[in-house]
Amino acid sequence: MTPRQRLFFIITTTALILLAILDIGVGSTSIPVQDVIAVLTGGETDPITRTIIIDFRLLKAIVAIAAGAALSSSGLLMQTLFRNPLAGPYVLGISAGASLCVAILLLGAGMFPALQPITSTVGIAGAAWIGAAAVLTVIAILGQRVNDIMVILIIGMMLSSGIGAIVQILQYVSNEEALKNFVIWTMGSLGEVTRPQMIVLAAAVMAGLIIALATVKPLNLLMFGEDYAISMGLNIIRSRLLIFTATTLLAGTVTAFCGPIAFIGLAMPHLARSLVSTANHHILLPASILTGSTVMLACDIFSKLFVLPINAITSLIGIPIVIAVVLKR
Amino acid sequence: MIQLHDFSIGYRGTFLIENAAATFPGGSLTALIGRNGTGKSTMLRAIAGLNRNYRGTITIDGTDTRTLTPAAMSRRLAIVTTRRIHIDNYSCRDVVAAGRAPYTNHIGLLSDDDMTIVDRAIEMTGVCNYSSRSIATLSDGEAQRVMVARAIAQQTPAIILDEPTSFLDLPSRRSLATLLRSLATDAGKCIIFSTHELDIALEFATHISLIDSNRIITLPTPQMIESRYIDRIFN
Repeated sequence: MTPRQRLFFIITTTALILLAILDIGVGSTSIPVQDVIAVLTGGETDPITRTIIIDFRLLKAIVAIAAGAALSSSGLLMQTLFRNPLAGPYVLGISAGASLCVAILLLGAGMFPALQPITSTVGIAGAAWIGAAAVLTVIAILGQRVNDIMVILIIGMMLSSGIGAIVQILQYVSNEEALKNFVIWTMGSLGEVTRPQMIVLAAAVMAGLIIALATVKPLNLLMFGEDYAISMGLNIIRSRLLIFTATTLLAGTVTAFCGPIAFIGLAMPHLARSLVSTANHHILLPASILTGSTVMLACDIFSKLFVLPINAITSLIGIPIVIAVVLKR
Repeated sequence: MIQLHDFSIGYRGTFLIENAAATFPGGSLTALIGRNGTGKSTMLRAIAGLNRNYRGTITIDGTDTRTLTPAAMSRRLAIVTTRRIHIDNYSCRDVVAAGRAPYTNHIGLLSDDDMTIVDRAIEMTGVCNYSSRSIATLSDGEAQRVMVARAIAQQTPAIILDEPTSFLDLPSRRSLATLLRSLATDAGKCIIFSTHELDIALEFATHISLIDSNRIITLPTPQMIESRYIDRIFN
């Protein structure tokens, strides 16, 4: 590790901790930083503050950290797999698949009352996760016999657009109330996650990150292109499957609970890459995870301060980063 | 040793090479020559296991390459293709170190022994001066040398190179050919490289392999010169 990379890890870890404390403090009632620290370190505070922090604010801060880490790392996986700087966690249609199932749930339930019992048990998160996993499974099966990764990218993008068209039809024929619920879901939200859901989210993201860690060696080889990667011993099909599984667990789960969050997955790996200035995934993957979590917390703080949807904030921060990267190339 | 038995390959029903046999022993540096489109790259890709659409068998040290997994294959044969590797912010040292992938653990971290092997490969190929620079900032010729260093770090008994000298200037060409020659004759590796530079082939290669009218003709260099095959094809 170079001194610059060491400095990056020290600074971002510190920033992550400070922003987490700040994030817990910010909200409909703001809590002073010293109270937040007191509660987190087990000191004396009044019970109401304690309840707000432990039961609500801490939960949301953990969701923001997990979402940032998951989206950023899965974005990096996709960018390297496709050797394309414009790839992100949603390039293979994860958000399209999730949107379709949520649309069926929210918009279709009104049209087909018979579906009601199924939809209420699965819930929005379950439906979104099923949709995301289904799309990646279809692509993984179609891609089993395809060696050229560009073909898979094209299949993913076409599938994504096709599903988008179906979602549009559903939106067009549904009533106003259902449509509003759906549009709000597409804006993304970190605040709707309950405690049991948070445990599922954190566990899935943890599992996804561990699998992502196991893809570091394949990712470093895939940068050379398929021919060189195979010649250095890489099992392409198995590596691809590993990467798809990690992406489903990471981006699929976050999208299920928080909605499709824009630009974090696309922009954060680029930001991390320029900050640590290496393409070596041994450094780049942890750097992307940290950058994603830190920026996501900052976005969450902005979103709470100005009461704006999280997607508006992540887009406004992510877009300039992507443009800067494109100009620098 | 690489052997081709009853080997046929081509595209859409037309054969480039048909029912050919060839033997490339360990300790030999073979130059693969032939006119454009005769199937040099196609044949090299087949030997490397990257194109399995062929008839017949290819063996490395007696083992049919169709039975080898990519992992097993990567410990027997390394390749250098014509593709220019362009990875932003990826140091030459990291590129050479990737050649150790067949031997590292699941995470891909290098042992001290791996580091020594990487350093030696960098030294042998004369890449030392720019080993800490990003491969994206190098000239085509410099990048080519780094890829050769990576193939050497892979420590395989066989190396295949597709037109390795094409990006290089004359002195670099000669120094690369000298290096390949010593890897073959001193380290006992089996090395095959395709080339259009007849002078380099005739001066440095121990054997010349020639693809002509769907056949592969392989002879030790002096005999190939005597046979006048080359004159017939290229004049």
